[in-house]
Amino acid sequence: MLLIPCPWCGPRAQIEFTYGGDADVRRPKDAMAATGAAWHDYVYLRDNPRGSHDEIWQHSAGCRRWLRLTRDTLTHAIIDSAPPTKEPPS
Amino acid sequence: MSQPFRIAAGGRIERDRTLSFTFDGRALTGCAGDTLASALLANGVHLVGRSFKYHRPRGIYSAGPEEPNAMVALGPTDTHTPNLRATEIELFDGLQAHSQNRWPSLARDVRAVVDRAAPLVPAGFYYKTFMWPADRWMTYEKHIRHAAGLGLASTGVDAAATYDRRFAHCDVLVVGGGAAGLTAALTAARAGARVIVADERPTWGGSLTAAPTTLDGADSRLWIASTLAELTERDNVTLLPRASVFGRYDQDLYGIAVRRPDGSPNDAAPRETLWLVRTQRAVVAAGAIERPLVFANNDRPGVMLAGAAQAYLNRYAVMPGRRAVIATNNDSAYAAARDLQAAGVDIAAIVDARVEPARITIDGVRHIPGSAVVAARGHSRVTGAAVAHLGSDGKSLDGAVEIIDCDLICASGGWSPTVHLYSHAGGKLRYDSDIAALVPRDELATLSVVGAAAGQFVLDRCFAAGAAAGRQAVAACGYGATVIDVPVCDGQAATPPRPLWHLPLARGHKGKRFVDLQADVTVDDVELAAREGYRSVEHLKRYTTLGMGTDQGKTSNINGLAILAETLNDPIDAVGTTTFRPPYTPVTLGTFAGRETGKHFAPIRRTPLHDRHEQAGAVFAPAGLWLRPHYYPRGGVDVQTASRREATAVRRSVGLVDVSTLGRIDIQGTDAAELLNRLYVNGWSTLAIGRVRYGLMLREDGMVSDDGTTARLAADHYIMTTTTANAGAVMTHIEHYLQLVWPDLDVRVASITDQWAVIAVAGPNSRATLQRVAGDIDFTNESLPFMGLAQGTFAGVPATVFRISFSGELAYEVAVPADYGPAVWDALMAAGESFDITPYGTEALGILRVEKGHFVIGAEADGRATADDLGLGRMQSTKKDFVGRRSLGRPALTAPNRKQLVGLRPVDAAAAIPAGAQIVEKPSLIGPVEMIGHVTSTAFSPEREGFIALAMIANGRARVGDQVFASSPLTDTLVQMTITNHVFIDPNGERLRA
Ligand SMILES: [Zn+2]
Repeated sequence: MLLIPCPWCGPRAQIEFTYGGDADVRRPKDAMAATGAAWHDYVYLRDNPRGSHDEIWQHSAGCRRWLRLTRDTLTHAIIDSAPPTKEPPS
Repeated sequence: MSQPFRIAAGGRIERDRTLSFTFDGRALTGCAGDTLASALLANGVHLVGRSFKYHRPRGIYSAGPEEPNAMVALGPTDTHTPNLRATEIELFDGLQAHSQNRWPSLARDVRAVVDRAAPLVPAGFYYKTFMWPADRWMTYEKHIRHAAGLGLASTGVDAAATYDRRFAHCDVLVVGGGAAGLTAALTAARAGARVIVADERPTWGGSLTAAPTTLDGADSRLWIASTLAELTERDNVTLLPRASVFGRYDQDLYGIAVRRPDGSPNDAAPRETLWLVRTQRAVVAAGAIERPLVFANNDRPGVMLAGAAQAYLNRYAVMPGRRAVIATNNDSAYAAARDLQAAGVDIAAIVDARVEPARITIDGVRHIPGSAVVAARGHSRVTGAAVAHLGSDGKSLDGAVEIIDCDLICASGGWSPTVHLYSHAGGKLRYDSDIAALVPRDELATLSVVGAAAGQFVLDRCFAAGAAAGRQAVAACGYGATVIDVPVCDGQAATPPRPLWHLPLARGHKGKRFVDLQADVTVDDVELAAREGYRSVEHLKRYTTLGMGTDQGKTSNINGLAILAETLNDPIDAVGTTTFRPPYTPVTLGTFAGRETGKHFAPIRRTPLHDRHEQAGAVFAPAGLWLRPHYYPRGGVDVQTASRREATAVRRSVGLVDVSTLGRIDIQGTDAAELLNRLYVNGWSTLAIGRVRYGLMLREDGMVSDDGTTARLAADHYIMTTTTANAGAVMTHIEHYLQLVWPDLDVRVASITDQWAVIAVAGPNSRATLQRVAGDIDFTNESLPFMGLAQGTFAGVPATVFRISFSGELAYEVAVPADYGPAVWDALMAAGESFDITPYGTEALGILRVEKGHFVIGAEADGRATADDLGLGRMQSTKKDFVGRRSLGRPALTAPNRKQLVGLRPVDAAAAIPAGAQIVEKPSLIGPVEMIGHVTSTAFSPEREGFIALAMIANGRARVGDQVFASSPLTDTLVQMTITNHVFIDPNGERLRA
């Protein structure tokens, strides 16, 4: 069970959180203008990276805020936890 | 005393507290402080079980959690716990234990014939022999599974056994309460750190208790006692005896199974508690496990690890035999020999594989250097040892074989550090040839390994390393340095061991040489696997089952690896090790379940009206976590009779149903309407204040995900309802979009499901019923039309009334603050008395909605249906974006042959419709048959006086009037059906608007 630092509540056990997927899958700003390929990517395609991965999690049994978690999928190390508005590290 | 192998003095048992127990029904006695194993040995009982594959007689092999053989079922037959290690079970008065894997009895086991047929059953035998023809495997497997195996799961429920779970946090977790562990704990505790110390034994001191040890010139008991006294006194220390630290998990979470001794006076305490401990630093001082010597028939009862024999003597004052041969490749067995001799055991010989002398010498004992025990004699008990001189390569014998009579062979093949938790943490091992063992290779950030677990077998260095690890751990947690005086003790290194992974067979003394006693894997099996190409240790493990028993090969792992390495002519390092994974020792499933069993498996949600339903005699059914009235039997009738009466009451007069379980979300803010526009397929900007609208939500892939009504209470204030099942999911969905996708919207949402009691009143007499309840709400059609709402006082409490209908009848939903629910229910029941107002449950609700042709999420809208499939395509706005809209243009979503919602009626009006049936064109139960659709919901309609169904059928709307077949091969039924419109009553909605 991971120990996830909530940016608002502090470190909490994983059972308080709900996984929300890849943080960098973003809904096209103008969905109706999106190309079929772009929309398909958004709805269906997900990477399965080995190593560092930016994810969104909801502190569902806590403050109910969504957060952006950077996690190593290989070692399960938590690298970073931030509000979702934070831009991905370049 | 009737325990013939109990020594008159010594040990750490309470001699004057005699305990009675039974083993396979035989009445025996032991002492308080015994384990089941030590008590059996005290009675001279060595034969305790039959082996997994060959059904060979097996005895007690070790004195700890590594025990491969002595596994028993504990407790009465129907509620016993199987596969418990006798070496870990603390004896209590009235204990009942049974041996396993034998039939009809332990002494006469008919399946032992497998042992004699063993040349026919080598490794991989089952794979090779029974896999062809492939379709017979299922037949073979049943018999193989019956013949092989260990204990059986009990069939009864042990109602008295409770389990629990708790979370704990600390700065330093110390695993192991021996010399190194207690020193680390004391060092950390004195610095002020929060410390938890766990040890799997009931007593502290670890290996110090297995051998007489001098610390600071005195008996080590004094040091243990004073150290424990200080640790006990400190508020910042938690001592956990009987605590198996079975796993290390992510971010320094440790799982610890803490046992309450059976038969303890505190019977109310949980039998076992799962501690989940999050720590900053861990010090693993878990000791080492002695390994067997792999000679012919090394599994006979009476062959025992030397350290175990020593522990039985020193901890329990039990003599494991009268005349012993000590077989070793290292110094530690000499200490065992010394103690056994002092207790009166006749040491027939010490057979040492090494030529160079050990550091310990024992007077008056025959010493046979450069030699080994190559076979045990005897069947269900050792009667002698075959001894021969080893060639310099260790793989051949020179000279004659000598038979030495004995009833005990104490074997020591060296020691394997207990590195399991280090491995769980991702640590890699290296082979240390000085001690012929696998040891931790690297420093880990938050876990340090000390003492014998790190391959450190010299006592004074264990103390020093414990203190250093304690200091390092507290420094990492921000505590200051502390000083601790470690006791003065033995600091001399042993003579190095001679690696001896298996012994050659001597002519005339053949027999199986077991590498893994529990999984019944022999040297021949490992060599065969290597010859057949299983060169990876992971493949070897799976092919031979080496290390796959419940002991996970604690005593067999390195021998197996080394034999593989020898066979392949590779160094041990090159072969690699299998990865140790949690749990270190088996954990009873009940420990993980904790209190979450039976009705506590999941929380139960009850509506504010639950008591009223109970008083009305409702039969409840779960709906997610909720308990909802399924039907009200009134006079004990069955569900069909009751639900038809209830549905008829709604159609003819008036009924009421508790709909408090529907999800309710309060939505407020200047962008509330815009949020609804984006969530729902239909438009919301035009909804007037005081009006209600039905809404449909999609997933982004275009499929219908939820539906419900949303009411506008004020300009910036809406109340959304969701389905009962999706209340949580829709809330999460909205929060996701609001926080991540549209954070610019000025809206706040809150779940208010629990704050309201909501009662739907439905039927032609519903308005008249409501009008009889005191209040200031005008229920006339003009004032409160269909899809309108009104707020006011109702039955003396503030209420919001929505005129909406699920049944298809004139209907209202009355929402009041939760605590007022029962009073309002009572008022409605009184007001409707002359109409015979009828509470109805979910079964009648289902009938009514099928009659009305309403789809539900999960049945018709099963995640594969679009709005158009459900006949609601035109609801979808073309003027705005909404979740899922972009997907609607995908060709597959507008393909001509999609399944569409229709109704079905049987051609034979009396026929029932099989639930879950597939729709086919032709009356054939024999496949392959093209399936053009499926039945999603069925009901007996009192209104239509026959069965009706909803179905999803390819291109169904264009096929109304066609005849098809509902096919249910499972029930062997085939019913001819007519496709109809999905609305079976009041197609124009006149009743709703009445
Ligand atoms: Zn939080």
